[in-house]
Amino acid sequence: MSETPKPAPASAPGDSAGKNGVTRRDFLNEITLGALGIAGLGSAVVTYQYFSPNVLFEPSTTFRAGNPDLFPVNSVTYLQDQQVYIVRTGEGSFFAVSAVCTHLGCITQWKPENEQIACPCHGSKFKTDGTKIEGPAPRPLPHFSITLSADGELVVNKLQTVKPGQGLKV
Amino acid sequence: MAATFQQGFERLRATRVWKSIFRRGPALTNRTRSLAVFGNLFLHWLPVKVREKSLRVRASYYLGSISFLLFIVLTVTGLLLMFYYHPAAPQAYRDMKDLRFVVSNGVFLRNMHRFAAHLMVLLVFWHMFHVFYRGGYKPPHEFNWVVGVILLLVTLFLSYTGYLLPWDQLAFWAITVGSNIISAMPFIGNKVRFTLLGGNLVGENALLRFYVLHCVVLPLIAIFFIAVHFWRVQKDGGLTVRPDDDRKE
Repeated sequence: MSETPKPAPASAPGDSAGKNGVTRRDFLNEITLGALGIAGLGSAVVTYQYFSPNVLFEPSTTFRAGNPDLFPVNSVTYLQDQQVYIVRTGEGSFFAVSAVCTHLGCITQWKPENEQIACPCHGSKFKTDGTKIEGPAPRPLPHFSITLSADGELVVNKLQTVKPGQGLKV
Repeated sequence: MAATFQQGFERLRATRVWKSIFRRGPALTNRTRSLAVFGNLFLHWLPVKVREKSLRVRASYYLGSISFLLFIVLTVTGLLLMFYYHPAAPQAYRDMKDLRFVVSNGVFLRNMHRFAAHLMVLLVFWHMFHVFYRGGYKPPHEFNWVVGVILLLVTLFLSYTGYLLPWDQLAFWAITVGSNIISAMPFIGNKVRFTLLGGNLVGENALLRFYVLHCVVLPLIAIFFIAVHFWRVQKDGGLTVRPDDDRKE
């Protein structure tokens, strides 16, 4: 069976170069590798898409905080379900300050005795307007957009951060 | 007694069944012994010959072998724990509590898994330092050093993904903090965090993803690289030995 002498590689059918100096073997190799590459890239993309959920069953990012009269003047109220502080200043402005520490995402706590917001994880401390006093936190606590609904309740949108000072005057 | 046992064993090795399984009869010469190792899937990645020095405690403290033994312990205990664990909120926490207080010997298995996991991280680090200080990363061991670093990372990822599974406060906040560290990666950090957690916060999706990573994906990666690691130890000429390895204390 194997007695017939094999043709020398140079004279194999696919190995004679055509007009452009490309052999049939090279051409097929490149086509195959190209097709596999495109298929591989496509698979990677659709797999990544598969792993990014389109519907999330997470708490709504916009919520009603209730009637403004619920919050006394010069007070900080922590809303546990939303992890937001509703701050009402002496002049009657309302601010919604995030309770999530900007360092690594722990939930901070309002300490009325020191008038500070303190993080239990790594000791960052903030003022009631969210500015940093000390600690590893790189940024002040963000302020969320706070508006008044048609029926007179505070509405906070956690997806929309605003500059500190852009509070709501009621 | 020992002689008859020996005789029985020799007779067993001459049977057709033995030869069919191991592909050869008694290995009585160095050549046939070597061939017996080469021709066996489970032995072929071990060296046929080792230097006596490299077997001394001083040469390795058996840190790699103990790490591998702990990996086996973790696989077996983890597999057993899986029979009582649902990766769903809040059932996961209840299952963990059941394993501790209701299931027979559950607390033993859980603690064994827990302590073996802590020990494995410790041992793998110790192994790395030991190899480093002995210069075990130098040629021709560079590739195996890199494989070792991959195995260290896989061990840490296994530890991290397993951390979430009890679904208690510690687990929740550890993964919250850890995933925020991931999001500090430039440009892709937030995307990686979102994909890893399957959402914006540590919830049901995150628990299931970490469970699959912990129980299937990472162990498979670990087994693959452990196989390469062991095989390369042999191909690179065995453990690094130093002149003072057989010194008597």
